[in-house]
Amino acid sequence: MTTPKLIAKDVSKVFWIEGEDKPVHALDHVSLSVGDGEFVCIVGPSGCGKTTFLNIAAGLLKHDGGSMEIAGNLSNGPGRDRAVVFQQARLLPWRTTFGNVRYGMELHRRFDEAQMDERTQRFIDLVGLNGAERRHPGELSGGMQQRVNLARALAVDPEILLMDEPFAALDAQTREFMQAELLRIWRETRKTVMFVTHQIDEAVFLADRVVVFGTKPGRFKAEFKVDFPRPRTLSLKRDPRFLALMDDIWGLIEEEAQRAGLLHAYETEARP
Amino acid sequence: MTVQSLQAEPAAVAAQPVLVRPTKSFYKRNDSFMVGAASVIVFTAVWEALWAAGFINELFFSGPSAIFARLYSGLFTRGDMLEHVWFSAQNFLSGFLIATALGIPLGILLGWYRAPRLVLDPFITAFYSTPRIVFVPLIIMWFGLGLGSKVVIVFMSAFFPILLNVMAGVRTTDDQLLGAGRAFCATQWDLFRTIVLPSSVPFIIVGLRQGLAHGLIGVVVGEFFAGSSGIGYLIGEAANSFKTDLLFACVFIVAGVGIGVSALLQQIEQHFQRWRPANN
Ligand SMILES: Nc1ncnc2c1ncn2[C@@H]1O[C@H](COP(=O)(O)OP(=O)(O)OP(=O)(O)O)[C@@H](O)[C@H]1O
Ligand SMILES: [Mg+2]
Repeated sequence: MTTPKLIAKDVSKVFWIEGEDKPVHALDHVSLSVGDGEFVCIVGPSGCGKTTFLNIAAGLLKHDGGSMEIAGNLSNGPGRDRAVVFQQARLLPWRTTFGNVRYGMELHRRFDEAQMDERTQRFIDLVGLNGAERRHPGELSGGMQQRVNLARALAVDPEILLMDEPFAALDAQTREFMQAELLRIWRETRKTVMFVTHQIDEAVFLADRVVVFGTKPGRFKAEFKVDFPRPRTLSLKRDPRFLALMDDIWGLIEEEAQRAGLLHAYETEARP
Repeated sequence: MTVQSLQAEPAAVAAQPVLVRPTKSFYKRNDSFMVGAASVIVFTAVWEALWAAGFINELFFSGPSAIFARLYSGLFTRGDMLEHVWFSAQNFLSGFLIATALGIPLGILLGWYRAPRLVLDPFITAFYSTPRIVFVPLIIMWFGLGLGSKVVIVFMSAFFPILLNVMAGVRTTDDQLLGAGRAFCATQWDLFRTIVLPSSVPFIIVGLRQGLAHGLIGVVVGEFFAGSSGIGYLIGEAANSFKTDLLFACVFIVAGVGIGVSALLQQIEQHFQRWRPANN
């Protein structure tokens, strides 16, 4: 096997919050690696440090301990070897679809003008936005905006794609279609992906491996190999083995939530 | 069964949507201008009627025809207003252009970098919250009765609104967009060029429009206070000698410049804001 695209060793992060005596241990000695061409999903209860971990990998946040290696180099700050797909699309409202997909490449300065134009069109076609090149983000649906967000990240040709709940803001139906679309696109581009999500079914459907984070402190808890054959279709979600695996993962998350007092809190809140 | 019963329904609405780009009538496209123009015309007509009927005392007020006649002779036949208009125009343009040339870059700098902002903030706040008119006598003392002091007064009037609006525009730049830029390895200059500047355009325009209004006040007040030329001086003179037609002619010139430049700025803003989805 080739060398992993992401190697996190004992990555820790604490936040000091105004008015609180003790720091929040957002990440406590998290070690994790993502192999070349692998699709890894991270799930875990809310507040367990998934976004924090992804932001550290993206170089947008500094870690306090341990090391983060991306494509063979120690990370300190953002790099041209990775691209982030954000939960909110974060498109420049004054640029068209074409301009927004091109934007990442313009900042990376790796391709010349002609190459950028060619790649922009190629990735717009790949994510199925052909015909919407000249629309501004305000004239796109939420799902279409996320396609632009994805195309912008893919177009820079990163070694690893970092995705933080990219479909969370979409309605359930669009989300399912986008999951299937993402697998098609992934099959065509063969990128390494680290994908953070709340939805266990999303994680199991997409991933080669699902990593479960525990909370308080945020840490690596367990991982599950997912070896359903590819290409996968949405009907896989009704397969009994799929549901069984989801149950296993859900059990772990529930246990974590209970231990952290999250579930108990919800119960008491729900009582009239 | 359901399908059949649906088919049995009488076709009350057209089966196909009309696939023609909706065109707006000439009135719909220009409604704000046309309503505005009509309202001004009606107002002027009523005013002129009252004036012609002799309801208005010439000593304290004037009528549209008299004002227009005075404006015409002052600018074209007698030409006695030209010298003053030219003097004021020089004062205003120099002061306003210097204020723009310094206010926009400085506003960007102070909006973007924290350290210089912390240093200059107390002074900016102090200057901005003090009515600039209190400095007028001092400025006249320092810069004399001529052009110099007027330019400084216009500059001071226009500079702070421009500076503060540009600062606000830069500081309210969407953090999410900046984060996206950073994730793609944007340099500071990239962030500025591709995110901060485009998103600040509306603020810059608002700053210029406020600066314009304050600058016009500045030029009139400055000339009013001291010196012997300019529109402001002429207004004072006209009032002292009850030449109400001349006074109103001056007022209309100032108002006309304000409206004209403001409309120009609005055009510029619209040019930069074409991407905003139209909401009528
Ligand atoms: N900028 C910050 N300042 C202070 N505390 C923070 C900051 N960002 C995150 N935290 C804290 O760190 C912990 C982990 O947050 P994080 O956003 O990584 O969780 P998450 O797993 O992404 O949660 P969710 O699933 O709800 O998105 C939380 O307790 C949060 O309060
Ligand atoms: Mg999160």
